[in-house]
Amino acid sequence: MNAALIIIFLFAAIALYLGIRATRGKEMNVDEFAVGNKGFGTLFIFLLIAGEVYTTFTFLGGSGWAYSNGSAAYYVPAYICLAYVLSYWIIPKIWRFAKKNNVISQPQYFMKAYNSKGLGMVVAFIGLIALIPYIVIQLKGLGIIVSEASYGAITPVMASTIGAVIVTIYVVISGIHGSAWTAVLKDIMILFVIVFLGIYIPYHYFGGIQPMFEAVQAVKPEALSLAPEGYSVSWFISTIVLNAFGFYLLPQSFSVILSAKSQRALKKNAVTLPLYTLLILFAFFIGFAAIVQVPGLQGAEGDLSLLRLVMQTFDPWFVGIVGGAGLLTALVPVSVMIMSGAIGLMTGFYKLIRPQSTDRQQLTISKVFVVLIIIVAYLFTIKGGNALAILNIMSYGLITQLVPAIIFSFFNSKLMNKYGAIAGILTGVSIVLFNAVTAFKLKVIFPEIPSIINDINIGFVAIIVNIFIGIIVSLATNSLVQRQKEAKMTEEIVTN
Amino acid sequence: RKYSQFLLIIPFIGMCLLLPWANRIEVFVFGLPFLLFWIALWMLLSSLILYIVYKLDPENEGSETE
Repeated sequence: MNAALIIIFLFAAIALYLGIRATRGKEMNVDEFAVGNKGFGTLFIFLLIAGEVYTTFTFLGGSGWAYSNGSAAYYVPAYICLAYVLSYWIIPKIWRFAKKNNVISQPQYFMKAYNSKGLGMVVAFIGLIALIPYIVIQLKGLGIIVSEASYGAITPVMASTIGAVIVTIYVVISGIHGSAWTAVLKDIMILFVIVFLGIYIPYHYFGGIQPMFEAVQAVKPEALSLAPEGYSVSWFISTIVLNAFGFYLLPQSFSVILSAKSQRALKKNAVTLPLYTLLILFAFFIGFAAIVQVPGLQGAEGDLSLLRLVMQTFDPWFVGIVGGAGLLTALVPVSVMIMSGAIGLMTGFYKLIRPQSTDRQQLTISKVFVVLIIIVAYLFTIKGGNALAILNIMSYGLITQLVPAIIFSFFNSKLMNKYGAIAGILTGVSIVLFNAVTAFKLKVIFPEIPSIINDINIGFVAIIVNIFIGIIVSLATNSLVQRQKEAKMTEEIVTN
Repeated sequence: RKYSQFLLIIPFIGMCLLLPWANRIEVFVFGLPFLLFWIALWMLLSSLILYIVYKLDPENEGSETE
């Protein structure tokens, strides 16, 4: 057993211990399990939101994108930063509504905001199909990191299996508390590893950060600016705006909002998190260094650029620390994802079928859903296939189709009712699905279209159609909604 | 003070509307290619603007759990 392997197992054991220990002294019920009884202060909210940003993507994807696509990778810190700016305005409104109406999941928010069980079910379903690819990416990333960092002693499938088992154990036992405590260890580790590597590697190989970029400019000058077509400026702008709106609508991010003790805790985090996101730049430095030092990685192999460079530079014990940090960057987001997915299914489906169920029954069903979700994600992880790549591309496109409905929910406007929201969401989702399956581009219909328009993210186009359809259907059905309200009020008066 | 949240538009202007201009400049600033420097600068400025908005926000006066 090599030194790297021992260190990776040590991190896995600490994560499991912290995750299980987190439930000590707490009476576990659905509220405590899902949103920590809405009692998390500024620090834990910070760690959980940052946990959604510093995933295996930071380790593999951030450096890998910089390696393969150069400046296009900057879209990641840009959209996350704009998401925090937007969050200052959006998430306190969500938190206030959730607090007032005792909301513990995303489907429940839509259900209560629009008084529609159907809309809640649509949102629960979309949330789930957007979540699964995310969980799979984390499990696959975990498999790659641990397998590479253990010098092949552990296979990727074995590593993914160990990760899935650890995360299932502590989520079933501790719910969101387990995620919060493992996030503490993870953030300390990622802070150390990413900053150290991001500074050490450019200085070790090039004598500084600017000399590194000058070396990149010499071998691959196109890596330092956005391309005229494809990953162009219009792609960049439409993607960062789209993703900024979608960031807090991912079920796992939404769950974190609901677990906050106060809206002030959320606002304080909005102020500090853009600074924390700057750390992603250090991952990019490693990717740019690898362009010169580890040339020739093709396609998906680019994601290995960080690990290959680390193994080429450091002793096995340090590679083990990097592998351990990589393991933690997968466990924390996966735990929040499966927990929020399970609560979404419980409130979106089970509670509708069994409205009289007790808190204990709801908690048990939530835990069953946790296990089911991780099994589905695990099967996708080890079986793979192209279906997953398609799902991954459209994850953000799908979840952002909820944006118009949530924005209109703040204003209690006649421009959007439950029928309009459902019609708009389903239209937007259909466009995103069609694009994912056919790789459709606007150029197909309009061959003369300039690339500045052709490169616009299709999710952005889908949102515009979504709003248009939503408003038309709402205006056409407002009288129907009014009649339903009156009938319900009459029914209540009669029964009283 | 209640209109202070309109300041939140500024980072969108910097990162989106001014990006085509930043993409054309080929110099290094603080050791970074200009485009990367530009994104990093707006991340810092976003935090500063959010801090100003937070301080001006009348909703943040009063108890923590409001």
